[in-house]
Amino acid sequence: MSGRRGAAAVRRGLHPAAWWLWAGSMACAAIRTTNPLLLALIAAVAAFVVSARRTSAPWSRSLSFFFRLGVAVIAVRVVLQIVFGNRLPGHVLFTLPHVPLPLWAEGVSVGGPVTLEEVLQAAVAGLRLAVVLVCFGAANSLASPYRLLRCLPAVLYEAGVAVTVSLAFAPEVVMAIARVRDSRRLRGRPIRGIAGLRGMAIPVLEIALDRSLQLASSMDARGYGRRVVVTRRTRRIGNGSTAAGLLLVIVGVYGILDVGSLPAGGIPFVALGAVLVGVGMAVAGRRTDRTRYRPDVWALREWVVAGSGLAMLATFIAASVSGTAGLQLQVYPPHLPLLPPLPTAGILVALLPAAVAPRPRGENSSRQAVPTRARAHAAEPAEGILT
Amino acid sequence: MITFSDVTFAYAEAEAPTLHRVDLTIEEGELCLVVGPTGSGKSTLLRAINGLVPHFTGGRLSGDVSIGGRSTRDFRPRELADMVGVVGQDPAASFVTDTVEDELAYTMENLGIAPNAMRRRVEDTLDLLGLHELRGRTLSTLSGGQQQRVAIGAVLCASPRALVLDEPTSALDPAAAEEVLSSLTRLVHDVGMTVVLAEHRLERVIPFAERVVLVPGGGRRLVIGPTAETMATSPVAPPIVELARVAGWTPVPLTVRDARRLAAPLRRRLAGAPPPPAAAPGGPGSRPVARADHLSASYGEVRALEQLSLEISAGEIVAVMGRNGSGKSTLLSQLAGLRSPHGGRVTVLGERPGDLPPRKLIRLVGLVPQDAGLLLYGETVADECTTADRETGLVPGSTDAVLEGVLPGMPRDRHPRDLSEGQRLALALAVVLAPAPPLVLLDEPTRGLDYPGKERLVTLLHKLAAEGRCVVLATHDVELVAQAATRAVVLAEGEVVSDGPARDVVCHSPVFAPQVAKVLAPEPWLTVDEVVSAINGSTDDRSDDGT
Repeated sequence: MSGRRGAAAVRRGLHPAAWWLWAGSMACAAIRTTNPLLLALIAAVAAFVVSARRTSAPWSRSLSFFFRLGVAVIAVRVVLQIVFGNRLPGHVLFTLPHVPLPLWAEGVSVGGPVTLEEVLQAAVAGLRLAVVLVCFGAANSLASPYRLLRCLPAVLYEAGVAVTVSLAFAPEVVMAIARVRDSRRLRGRPIRGIAGLRGMAIPVLEIALDRSLQLASSMDARGYGRRVVVTRRTRRIGNGSTAAGLLLVIVGVYGILDVGSLPAGGIPFVALGAVLVGVGMAVAGRRTDRTRYRPDVWALREWVVAGSGLAMLATFIAASVSGTAGLQLQVYPPHLPLLPPLPTAGILVALLPAAVAPRPRGENSSRQAVPTRARAHAAEPAEGILT
Repeated sequence: MITFSDVTFAYAEAEAPTLHRVDLTIEEGELCLVVGPTGSGKSTLLRAINGLVPHFTGGRLSGDVSIGGRSTRDFRPRELADMVGVVGQDPAASFVTDTVEDELAYTMENLGIAPNAMRRRVEDTLDLLGLHELRGRTLSTLSGGQQQRVAIGAVLCASPRALVLDEPTSALDPAAAEEVLSSLTRLVHDVGMTVVLAEHRLERVIPFAERVVLVPGGGRRLVIGPTAETMATSPVAPPIVELARVAGWTPVPLTVRDARRLAAPLRRRLAGAPPPPAAAPGGPGSRPVARADHLSASYGEVRALEQLSLEISAGEIVAVMGRNGSGKSTLLSQLAGLRSPHGGRVTVLGERPGDLPPRKLIRLVGLVPQDAGLLLYGETVADECTTADRETGLVPGSTDAVLEGVLPGMPRDRHPRDLSEGQRLALALAVVLAPAPPLVLLDEPTRGLDYPGKERLVTLLHKLAAEGRCVVLATHDVELVAQAATRAVVLAEGEVVSDGPARDVVCHSPVFAPQVAKVLAPEPWLTVDEVVSAINGSTDDRSDDGT
């Protein structure tokens, strides 16, 4: 891979929007199916591409967190179904003692016979949500949230900064927790249980807020928020166009998610909305005096990565429009899931980024060229109380 | 370039002003050093230059601060970003983006500099500060020295006319500090940049400074003058100046080279004196307190310690040295039981610190982190002491008694945050020492500490060692090692590369040798105090011979 380092795009990795489009398409596709085989395949593709193309940055290790979160979602969903779920007919697995509820709680039932069908349905619904989360996690691991913010049009920059501070807040809290835990241990104080939690909350927040204030003052000292000149008319045109565009995109996305509610799956709405948003931002952004350093380029590779995701989504839409069997899991009566050929092929197309996307540069220099020991000397991550 | 005219500043709710009637003019292309005891208002003075004081801190400022003709009264910090760049004490806290290149470009983006000009300046800055190899790296994976250079580069890129740095080398090992300081001198000489910097470790910066601004604190008048002149009478002075005062050299030498030229007679005189006493290594009967056997530890994929074996005995003061990221902090966290080893084992008096419940642990090992304030949660000093007694099951009043021993006369009604750096360290030490742990660990204890504070610390460490406790310091401060340590251990890449009596280890290292040793080499004296007693001793000898 290192032989391809000459190209400009390789230097800064793939455009973050391409990764988000790719992952977003996969998430949209996942929502349209309840077939556990397809869902598992999507998660596997996401995990594979991440493992092939993630950087060494801290957020790149977030995928495993999303996987764990996904498992928790499935478990919660199934447990809720077993305890509170609507009782559906079918093969009874076991019966929980029924708890009679007062009249006003009608419609909610606790306990009763638990059927295979309802558990299955709950598990698949949970799995679907879990896979959407994994897709989100994949995008997070592949494209730094900061870099995505950099792509925001200048008009949205103000909002972007609020996001920057809050993005920085989460890791600050994690680091503050590590420090406070250490210091409590050094003082012989409990670090577990309620007492530990209570004693930690205040200092953790104190440290993290302190850092956020420091960040804000540092941004100011570095010229953030210098006056921007925008005439009222430009601002109106910009805002109006952006708002209308966003509305259309929302309607379109609804169409994509709710099959058959809009013509052509809502895609024309999204397209038109995107154009309007683009125009609005261009108009409003014309008068800001902020410039951008080495903006991410959108080249062939970006088209391929985003395209592979969109193509996969297209196969799912096509399959559901044409009524191909196998997209939904048949629960009544329970059937083993099939692998419908078209969506399966689509998912495999989404594997393309693993080969097409450039290896991140940090990776080239740190993981391969430099032996681990040398890296140990280069950086000892600040962790806990000893920095 | 930078003018303070009749500036008085007081923080909200403060009784006395931090800065009182300050008049100061810093010319273009000057490297100006701001020195003074902790809490004297150095940082406040620095942060007033670009208006962070009072715009971000609150408080009342009267008089006028202006830079390049723009007054901070009329211009907010953001509107001065093209004129002055400020680098704070903790570079990591000032990072806004996530990679080196983006961080360098951030200020320029805000200033609206054309993309191709931006690109050129980033490349120039990468070369100027030797950051080329790191351009794509994530900021959080950089070492302290690298982060410091990125922070400097980030403000430099916008080509400001002045650069303000608050303790730029306090987190750096001697070599990295040298690197940062020489880049700064290069900027002053090649580009005519105005640089204002505050620093406690004068031995590192004195050779580079043209003028010194002494902030005595307590609202007293600033003393401003050429470096050599100010240093001759300054209450805070690096060892080389102290030595010059003892030996009566004028003008006061500021570099080791100048001092060596003047030192020939002193060296001859010392050659005849009995060599300094070998540091007491705890005596032959001293028992081992802490042991590391083939200890390995890692952070994620990074191997921080590699099969490290070490034995530390009662009565020893061990200085652990090494460049940033060599495993010092990891060794300390292992000894303190904060992390579990990945291989090998650590024992303190036969127990594994990592397995002990917190209550038991603090009776065995005490650790004071670099930021001593992290250990303190109380509302007042008195509150902190009583809580410590209660939580550790000590007789009420014992922590207070220890505190009185560490630093007498500390105000008990202050909030720990309002204490000076030295007072905070003393309070944290008292809290840690109260349960009488046989092993005391200190991580970079002299960061932000002025010379008197340092002296008190050295006295305390000697006292602890005399009580039979064993002290381990992880530090970059070679002067502290020279004054306090009985033994020095140098780590590199997680392994012990040298281990022996502090005198032998530091004298033979070009990086870790303290100033006095450099001036007097090959004579083995490390500190001014040793030289003084040697001179007195030798004159006594001579008079004995005469009679």
